[in-house]
Amino acid sequence: MIAFILRRLAVAIPTLLVLIVISFILMKVAPGNPFAGEKSVPQAVLDNIFARYGLDKPAWQQLVEYVYNVVFRFDFGPSFQYRDRTVNDIIAQGFPVTFTYGAWAFLAASLIGIALGVVAAVKQNSWLDYLAVGFTIGAQVVPNFVMAPILVLVFTLWLGWLPGGGWNGGHWSNVVLPVIALATSYLANIARITRSSMLEVLNSNYIRTARAKGLPSHQVIIKHALRPALLPVISYLGPVFVGMVTGSVVIDLYFSTGGIGQAFVNSALNRDYSTILGITILLGALTITANLVVDILYAWIDPKIKL
Amino acid sequence: MKNQNLIAAFGLAALLASSALSTGALAAQVPEGTTLAAEQVFKYRVLDNINALDPQIVEDVETSSVVRSLFEGLYNSGADGNPVPGVAESHTVNEDNTVYTFKIRDTAKWSNGDPVTAGDFVYAWQRAVDPATASNYAYFVGLVGVVNADDIVAGTKTPDQLGVKAIDDKTLEVTLSFSSPWFVRSLSHATLFPAPKAVVEQFGIEWTKPENIVGNGAYVLTENTPGERVVAKRNPNYWDNEHTVIEEVQWLTINDENQGLTRWRAGEVDQTDVPAGQYPALKAELPDNTYSVPQFCTYYFSVNMTDKQPNEGLKDVKVREALNLAIDRDVIVNGVLQGGQTPAFSFAHPLTAGYTMPEIPASTMTQADRDAKAVELMTEAGYGKDKPLTINYIYNTSEAHKKIATVVSQMWKEKLGVNMSLADMEFQTLLDTRHSKTYELARNAWCGDYNEASTFISLHDSKSEQNDQGYANADVDKWLAEAKLASDPNPLYAQVEQQVATDVAIMPIYFYAKVFMQSSNVKGWPFDDVEQNWYAKDMYKVAE
Repeated sequence: MIAFILRRLAVAIPTLLVLIVISFILMKVAPGNPFAGEKSVPQAVLDNIFARYGLDKPAWQQLVEYVYNVVFRFDFGPSFQYRDRTVNDIIAQGFPVTFTYGAWAFLAASLIGIALGVVAAVKQNSWLDYLAVGFTIGAQVVPNFVMAPILVLVFTLWLGWLPGGGWNGGHWSNVVLPVIALATSYLANIARITRSSMLEVLNSNYIRTARAKGLPSHQVIIKHALRPALLPVISYLGPVFVGMVTGSVVIDLYFSTGGIGQAFVNSALNRDYSTILGITILLGALTITANLVVDILYAWIDPKIKL
Repeated sequence: MKNQNLIAAFGLAALLASSALSTGALAAQVPEGTTLAAEQVFKYRVLDNINALDPQIVEDVETSSVVRSLFEGLYNSGADGNPVPGVAESHTVNEDNTVYTFKIRDTAKWSNGDPVTAGDFVYAWQRAVDPATASNYAYFVGLVGVVNADDIVAGTKTPDQLGVKAIDDKTLEVTLSFSSPWFVRSLSHATLFPAPKAVVEQFGIEWTKPENIVGNGAYVLTENTPGERVVAKRNPNYWDNEHTVIEEVQWLTINDENQGLTRWRAGEVDQTDVPAGQYPALKAELPDNTYSVPQFCTYYFSVNMTDKQPNEGLKDVKVREALNLAIDRDVIVNGVLQGGQTPAFSFAHPLTAGYTMPEIPASTMTQADRDAKAVELMTEAGYGKDKPLTINYIYNTSEAHKKIATVVSQMWKEKLGVNMSLADMEFQTLLDTRHSKTYELARNAWCGDYNEASTFISLHDSKSEQNDQGYANADVDKWLAEAKLASDPNPLYAQVEQQVATDVAIMPIYFYAKVFMQSSNVKGWPFDDVEQNWYAKDMYKVAE
């Protein structure tokens, strides 16, 4: 196990380096520059700005210096768009926000989703099943960019219970709506995957054997059926977790949370090179970690899988 | 995203001599007998684009509204856009308008209690042009005429050679490279605000963080969370603090206009923009809260006038004229935009101070006449429905731009048989394509930087950085040079506009309007300022 983890970490480093290089090249070939606006500035002014940020150096030198600073000093450089901030600042401010609502949404989606899927499978073709399936289909066809405005309309404008946006230092009332908006469609997916996987397991020979032995129903489901049924769910949860905690542009856009998803998209549109790279590396590192965790969980759940 | 609102907040109004300036400083003008609201918090909706709160770095209109609250220049812009004294109590100017001497008021203080001195302005202005600061707006100091500014930006002179000096702590002298009767109007622009040298040097780029910042405006920064909100509270050290009513200002980021409207209805913001196309309905529903005021910008199509123009048809002035005439502006402003915009046939905004908009021939014709003339010109040029012209038009991705492009392509198709292909692209890509002159026809827009017509008309200069058309006409360049020295530049401006209209280097479409909702208890908004430079210190909220 330890050897496996170390091996995976050793592969992760070159993966991240390749990610940096590819992002860097893509950024450089995209037209435009971080300092262009509707108003063109005189060349002398632009030259000064480029010199200030080292953009006048050859591209390879910029890349080498960037990688050096990231690896040895953990410094992602200054943001070109927010001229009074560093990329470290932007990540330090935005990531905790995103992580907070993302983690809550992840917890809610996976716990409720799995529970709903299990119940629907066990009580197949009952009204409970129909209700659960009906709910998941409904939740899935309403994307979060539709869900978010509906939530605000109902809970902010009509009922006046919750604020329609802002973060307010993570006050619970500001967290609720983003969590619901982000969680619902994932929840529906998780419930659907759990249900079909559970149904497959429940129809397998060893479950029939367990039942034939006279084991009580709850023991059959929890002890024998649930674990294998969760395998496909877990492989789905890995990337979902990363997707959720690194932020959703839609959630950030509608709820003005100050999260990192909006910063990521903005930096790409404004060619804020250093911020794009910083957030890309963060996302890459999180994805690699999440995949590793999924693999470990797999081995833990299914002893047939050797690491 | 950087939007077309990249106007720097700028002093403005009638281009009259400085003697016309009012002498009393402006503050919240609360009529006697008014019952003020218990909670004096003004909440203003912004897009996610609040950048550096550094006066010498700031470049966009919304961040400028924050910077104007945290810092104060020599003059502010008043309710009607005319300059009113800020840090400066008064000023004198020499006979040919080249040397300005400002008297700084004794009561002006920084938020840490230190007095504001002439040296703070000298430091800030030198900082603005210093290549080490690398400010996008460095060129602004040269634009308004301060001696040596351009050379310092270009690196051929040093910042200490800038034409600004402190005679003593309370007297500032500015020397200009050309005669400028409107110089005082530029002083409410953030680039020319003072900066606290000790704080800037101590904290570097982090000096504008809430825990470090020292300002001299009516408010002090208490929170700055990008993407969420900026909060500023009343500054007890501000020289005119006794007249401030609003206790706290919040700039709330709401990127989506419909979400902004919902939150405005829920009472979470005091002011928000009206989503495109909803103005007529909202005006009918909430007539007292829905406003449309002229905005200092012009929407137009740029024609590539260089030899790189790949479209032979567009090289023919008759074709350009025909296309220009066939655009029915009334349909665009009344049918598509529906927010109080006005049709444009020339470039400079009609409400520019001291400017008389020339009568462009096309503007006085009926649309039927224009269409008939357009068909005639197109036929003369050898094009028609049997031999259609094909045009490639580019614009940056946006629903509003797409609607306009679609409507215009329909007009051209029906009237002139023109096949127009539309290509949308990212804003940065559009900027690049326009700048490199590798397009045929492109969307464009311009917002005035200061309230004098040269802020628009000088774009027709062949040397202008903003001349995306690559339009070069020796007469136009000559008239623009003469206008700088003329006591009344209007006839020259009119000549330039007429010439550009004749050459059809641009196709003006409409003049902008700012369309917004405002809570009815908010008072003191500068509706009469075409640049909408608002100051929370001049506002107040009444009890309802």
